[in-house]
Formats: sequence, C-alpha cells, structure tokens
Amino acid sequence: MTDIAGRIDAANQEALRRIFAGDPVLVDVVPAAEAIPALWERMILHAGPPVDWSRMCGPMRGAVAGIAVFEGWAPDLEAAAQMAGEGAFDFQPNHHFDAVGPMTGMTTISQPVMVVENRAFGNRAFCTINEGLGKVMRFGGNDAEVLDRLRWLRDGFGPAMGKALRSGGGIPLKPLVARGLTMGDEMHQRNVGCTGLMLRALSPAMAASAGDLKELSRALAFIGGNDQFFLNIAMAMGKAIMDPVRGIEASTVVTAMSRNGTDFGIRVSGTGDTWFTAPVEMPEGLYFPGFTEADANPDMGDSTIVETVGLGGFAMGAAPAVAGFVGAGTASEAANFTRAMAEITLAENPEWTIPALDYRGVPSGIDIRLVVETGLAPTINTGIAHREPGIGQVGAGVVRAPLACFRQALKAFAGQMGVA
Amino acid sequence: MSAVILNRVRKGLYIDSVALMRFSRSIAGLDGVEEAALMMGTPANLGILKDAGLLDGTGEGASGGDLVVAIRASDAAQAEAALVEAERLLDQPRGSRGEGAVWRPRSLRAAVAQMPDASLALISVPGDFAVAEARKAIRRGLHAMIFSDNVPLAEEVALKREATELGRLVMGPDCGTAIINGVPLAFANRLPQGSVGIIGASGTGIQEVSCLIARLGGGISHAIGVGGRDLGDVVGGISTLAALDMLARDKLTGHVVMISKPPSPEVTARVLARAGAIGKPVTVCFIGAAPMAMPANAEQVFTLKDAALKAVGIGEETTPRKPDIPAIAGRRGIRGLFSGGTLCAEAQAVLLAGRLQVTSNAPIPGALVVGAAEDGHLLLDLGDDAYTRGRPHPMIDPEVRGGPVREAMKDPALAVLLADVVIGHGAHPDPAGGLARAVTGARGRRAPLVIASVTGSDADPQIRSAQVSTLEEAGILVAPSNADAAAWARDAVGS
Repeated sequence: MTDIAGRIDAANQEALRRIFAGDPVLVDVVPAAEAIPALWERMILHAGPPVDWSRMCGPMRGAVAGIAVFEGWAPDLEAAAQMAGEGAFDFQPNHHFDAVGPMTGMTTISQPVMVVENRAFGNRAFCTINEGLGKVMRFGGNDAEVLDRLRWLRDGFGPAMGKALRSGGGIPLKPLVARGLTMGDEMHQRNVGCTGLMLRALSPAMAASAGDLKELSRALAFIGGNDQFFLNIAMAMGKAIMDPVRGIEASTVVTAMSRNGTDFGIRVSGTGDTWFTAPVEMPEGLYFPGFTEADANPDMGDSTIVETVGLGGFAMGAAPAVAGFVGAGTASEAANFTRAMAEITLAENPEWTIPALDYRGVPSGIDIRLVVETGLAPTINTGIAHREPGIGQVGAGVVRAPLACFRQALKAFAGQMGVA
Repeated sequence: MSAVILNRVRKGLYIDSVALMRFSRSIAGLDGVEEAALMMGTPANLGILKDAGLLDGTGEGASGGDLVVAIRASDAAQAEAALVEAERLLDQPRGSRGEGAVWRPRSLRAAVAQMPDASLALISVPGDFAVAEARKAIRRGLHAMIFSDNVPLAEEVALKREATELGRLVMGPDCGTAIINGVPLAFANRLPQGSVGIIGASGTGIQEVSCLIARLGGGISHAIGVGGRDLGDVVGGISTLAALDMLARDKLTGHVVMISKPPSPEVTARVLARAGAIGKPVTVCFIGAAPMAMPANAEQVFTLKDAALKAVGIGEETTPRKPDIPAIAGRRGIRGLFSGGTLCAEAQAVLLAGRLQVTSNAPIPGALVVGAAEDGHLLLDLGDDAYTRGRPHPMIDPEVRGGPVREAMKDPALAVLLADVVIGHGAHPDPAGGLARAVTGARGRRAPLVIASVTGSDADPQIRSAQVSTLEEAGILVAPSNADAAAWARDAVGS
C-alpha cells in the first residue's frame, strides 16, 4: 500500500520535472504534410478523441466539408458532406500525430502549421494558424470568405512567417508566456498581451525578409487585428511540453484533455495512450448579438491542452475579465478559480506566476486522484460554436471537464497497479 | 409596425469585451428590446453588428477605438429607454462590490498548504466519510477532532490505533466540545487560559466544569473531548490514555480533571493506572460511580461542581449561597428538563445523594429507567437520540424544550421544574430567552417553582450575566451551578 503510494509519488515527481524542464521554442511554419509525414491525401485530423462522421457534431461536419473543398477533394460543400458519409475520408485525432487544433481542429496536408520544438526533449508539436474571430473554419464556418482566408494563410502568410522564424533561430515561448501572465492573459480566452509580444518579436524579421510591402502590411495587420493569434501557438507549446510526460509508469498526471464536440477525452501518463471519454458538457457563457444558448454546440477543441499545462481556466486569476463569463465576474472570483485548480494539481509552476495572487505559480500537473477525491473538475475557458455547420463562433464562456473521464481513468489506473 | 434600430457611438471609450457582453445581455433583456449589443467598433465587430441587424449609419462611422451601443427595439421610445439604461451602465462607477469572493479550501491538502503551521483538523462530515478524512489528517501530522457521529465502532478503533502509532490524538467521533490552546472548538466557551487540563467523554460535562473553574478564578490549559465511546470496552480508552500522556507532558497543565460515565472495571483500572503515573494531581469524576480506590495522586468526586472546586484547590465551598426558597405546600414532584446529558446525570447524582427516588430516560446507577416506576422525580435528557431524531438538539433550538416546559408549568402535582441553560459557541443565541418565554407563557396559578443554572461565561457571545438576568426577570431562580440548582430543588421538596 505505502509502496504503491511511494511509487506514484516518485512517478509524479518525474512528471512534474519534465513539465517544468520543458523549453518550448516557436521555430517554423511549414506545410502540414512536411511536418507530419504520415499525413496523406483525404486524411483529416480533427480535435478531440477519435470520432467518426456519424457521431460528429454540426460544426465539425461543416469544417470537414469546408476543408475537403479547400484541399480540392470535393467540388463543393454538399459533395464533400456526401463523400464524408460514404467514408471517403480518413478521420484521425490531431493528438495521434503530434498536433493539436482549436475547436474543430481541422489539419490537412496543405495547411501551414506552426512548429514548436521542446528543446529540452527534442520533440516537436504542430498547430495550424489562428484564422481570427467570427466566421472561421475552426468554429465550423466554410463559405468562400473562410476558404479564401485559408488560401492566403497557405500561400502568403504562412510562408512569410516561417521564413522570418527560420532567419532568427526561433522565439522562446516560456518567457513570453510569463510576461503575458503579468499582462492579463491566461492564454486561452485572453491572448492580447502575448499576441502583442509575438508581433513585436516577429515583425523585424518579417520586414527584413518581405518581398512586397503591401503583403507585409497585410500580414502584420492580420496578427495585430486578431486578439487570439497567440492561442494556436500556446496550444502547440502545451502539446510540446506535455508529450514528453506521456508514458511514465505509475504516474497519475493528466497529459492531455481534449474534446471533439461529442466526447471529452483525457489521457494519463501512467495509462499510456488510452483515451478515457465521456459526453462533453455545455459551456456557460455570453453570446454575440443575435445568438443564444439555444444555438450553442457543446464543448469542443484540442485547446484544453493549455489548461493541461496550467494556463487557461487554471490561470484565471491572471485574467480577471475572463471570469466575467460566469458569476459576478469579480477579480476575487477569478482568483478563486485558480485557487480551486490548485486543489487538483500537484505543484505550482515556478516560472509562470500571477502578480495578483502574490506571484503564486499557475497550478500544474493535474492528478486524477485529486480530481476524483475533491469532485472538482478542471475549469476550461472556451469559445462557443454554433451547433449548425457553416455559421461559426457565437459566444464564449467557461465549462467543466466531465468527472466521469477522471473516474474511469482512476479505475483503469488502479487496475493496472494491481489495486482492486 | 417595424422595429427601430438605434446606435450611439462613444468616442474613445474602451471597455473590456467580456464586460460589454455582460452589459449587452442585460440591455437585451429589457422590455421591448429585440436585440442589443455593446461592442468596440472594430471592423470585425461592425460586421457582427451588421449580420445581427443592429447597425445604422451612426454605428457604421465608428472606429476601433470607439464604443458602439446598438439597439433594436419595437418602437422609438423603447429604443431610447434602452439607450439611456445602457449609458447608465457605461457611466456607473465600477468600484468594489463589497468584500469580494472569499476562498475556502475544499480539501485538507489545500487547507494545510494555506496554513502550514496548523496542528489540528476539526472534521464535520457525514459519518461514513469521517474516518477517511481523519486518516488523511493524522497522516499529515495533524491531531483530529471528529464532530461527526454515526461512525462504525470498528473504524473508530482502527483509526485510534493508527493515531497512537503516529503519536497523534483523535478526539471523537461525536466529540462536540474541546478547548485547545485557549481556542474553543465546536460547542465550547470562551475562557481564560490556565493550569487545569480536562479530559472528557462528554461535551456538557466539559463545558460545566471548565466554566465553573473560570468563575472560581482558574483557567483551562486544554479541554480534550474523547467521544462518548472511548471509555467503552471495545475502544478501551485509547484516546483518553493518549490525552493523559499529552497533558502529562504539557508544561501549562498542573492539574488534570477526568469526566465520564462510569467505565467498566477493566477500563477503569487501565485508565486509573495511567492517571496514577502522570506525576500531576488528578481529579476523577465518573458521574454515578460508587466510591472506588484511587491512585495516590488522584481524588474521586461525585459532581461536576466538586471537580471544579478540587481543580482550583478549593476542597469545599466555605459559604454556599442559599436562596430563600418559597414554601411549596402539598406538592413534592421535581421535573428536570435538560439539554445537556451530563448535566442531567449530575442532577440525578445530587438527588440520589439526598435519598430521593429518580427516574430518567438516561438513568445513572441507582436511578430507574422511564416506565419502570410511576413515582420518582423525572429527570429527562432532551438531547438524547430519542428526542433529537429528525429535530435539532435543544442546545441549538430551545423550542425543542418548549412543549415539555409548558406542560410541566401546568402540572398541579409538580413542586419544582429544573432546567439547564448552556451557552457558548455553537449554542443558540438566546437560550435563556426561549426558556423564559415558555415559563411565563404557561405559568398558571399553581405553577411549580422554576430553578435553573447557566453554563457559560461572560466572554461568550450570549454573555452569561445577561442570560441570568433574562431568567431572573421571568421569576426563575438561578443557581450558580447545575449541582446547586439540583440541590436547591432537593431542598425545596424536602422542606
């Protein structure tokens, strides 16, 4: 009994060591096919644990149809949807290919992906470029405007950003996130500070390598005009940090939380690559004009990887405004979200601290035992997609991870450890 | 009738988007408003407003640094009213809204992280979970006070054995009273610190003895509750023995008082043997027990009052205050209605010592159980499980005693109604008021004499002297202690 507890403690210490030792650096933007050699024609990576077309929610179906047209696999959205129903596409989770994607999380061969390298462990993680707000593919949008923007990201913006990054040797992300936390970002709903810092870091090199000033201006305006530009970088960073934590025998630390709009799934270090899933929950939040909760799709996206590393809902105390989506929206309530997450995590990040909480570190290393014992589910800050395909983002809010995932994981873990 | 769209642009006013979404929600909920939004006038936001049918020529002219208020309402008056309300929200001071949210840890682990020098955990959770929480506490190096009851006996034993190995103290289960380092826990009183340490299996017994010691000029080092079953044969006094050892080591403690029902001979022998070895004077009060052999450093007493007197070094009261007890012609019955179980037991001991016949729902040795005899003075413990099932304890809700009091006040055969009033943390804010109202409301021409005592101190939230005045104003005789109240009742029917 004590022997098992001791083994778990030692394994979790190793997990924490790997989390805190991570050294994520944004190094490149390359076509997905180059980053992920296993990607092939008609293969579509999506957010969350595995899901097939028959169980996909509306916005994910909308995104699938849109990306199929974008890749030239279907002449139009209707044909694309029909092909999907007939099994023409190979659906796989991003997480199985070192990748993550926000909301619907579409990743296909020709899309540009940002590359974050964890220099402490040598692994890389990938994420597509954030498209902006409103009608965008990650929220299920798929009309001509959406597809045109994706083409520009592929042909113009992506290559320019990649070139700039390669010329400068990469941008270390850990110090950048530490500064963002002092500027009111929590890296899920709030990325204003980090987006500004990223723009500051990128623009000299982008200007130096620009061929066309108008194109450069458009690229810089695209970053500066999108408060969430940094989100996808933070996600690739989270994936790059957490992947080396996978597969530590006897560790109860969560290595991924992810949702596909139908199921919520978690992976735990000590139970390897098994997904423990439960139905996703509905966020509580605020809606854009013209929309209500009746329009909302349940929780979706790989973006919960930022909560897995201690940001997002876990760092709510750094971004009091985000707490306004629920409750009274006071700064003290925001701080309490972070304090509550400290109840289910093993340590505080020594480098990512929150000034308003007397420089407490963000709560890191979610322990499935603590989640089950306290009944406190991880808090997740999230965007909200329309439930129908093709419409896009309708709001934003806060949601909980389903406790059932953690109970299942703990049961499986106990079985593996030989505890009845 | 067609809808009216009304926009207003506030130049150069920036407000956070989430705050604006909250405002939007409240404006959209106003009468006659079909849709409303407050947004910064960025191109993307203007697009959203346009798609939502909210944008007019005014809003279209906004730039990214301007705030747009956009309303669509059923008529112009409604739109204008909504606009006024929106501007009011924008201009109201957004200062502090009171105290802010308070943080309370949800687990022992988080509580200990917040208070690293904590040494004790008070556990009050449903009985099925109490032992699990207590285990976590003792394994973290904390002593545990378990307020919860309904803990399986076997689990209590296992827990206390583990605590002994870890050198930790488990108070309870069902421990309602303790004072540790001057801090009253659960049902306890605010008293000066001093040299008397108390170990008690009963809450009200500890309260009465500790309050009397304070009133006699003494003070309490620690009052340690061990739970009602600790001195039973199954547990065998594990926590009592641990508490004796701790008080033996404690520098502040110069005298130890032990309070309990009479344990079995085997447990008595074990506990007295340990008490005899602590090197400090001990006063033993096993209420209802016969005189027994004591170790050299120990002395046996038979009431809580005598325990307090012994503890402060007064062997016997020199000039006990005696009231003028009015003559009660032709009536002989005493009815005791107690909220404290040990106070009921002490009153029985006092009456039995006066050779009166006593009946009780919680009889001590020598008293009869209710139903066994018709005559005999009836002393009831209203905190007994039979009375509190599905109802609050009479210490929390004095109205539980209201019915029996009113009934007694109308009983022509009764000479004396005897009652206790227990105050302090956890108790009702005004128990004397409750008793006084029940007594005065039901007092007839041939009502019994009412005698009571107040267990507590002037430092308690209810203030003992104020509680005494409330009783006296209702014509209730207030004795300085529960034992005195019982003695006065005994004298009244004996006279």
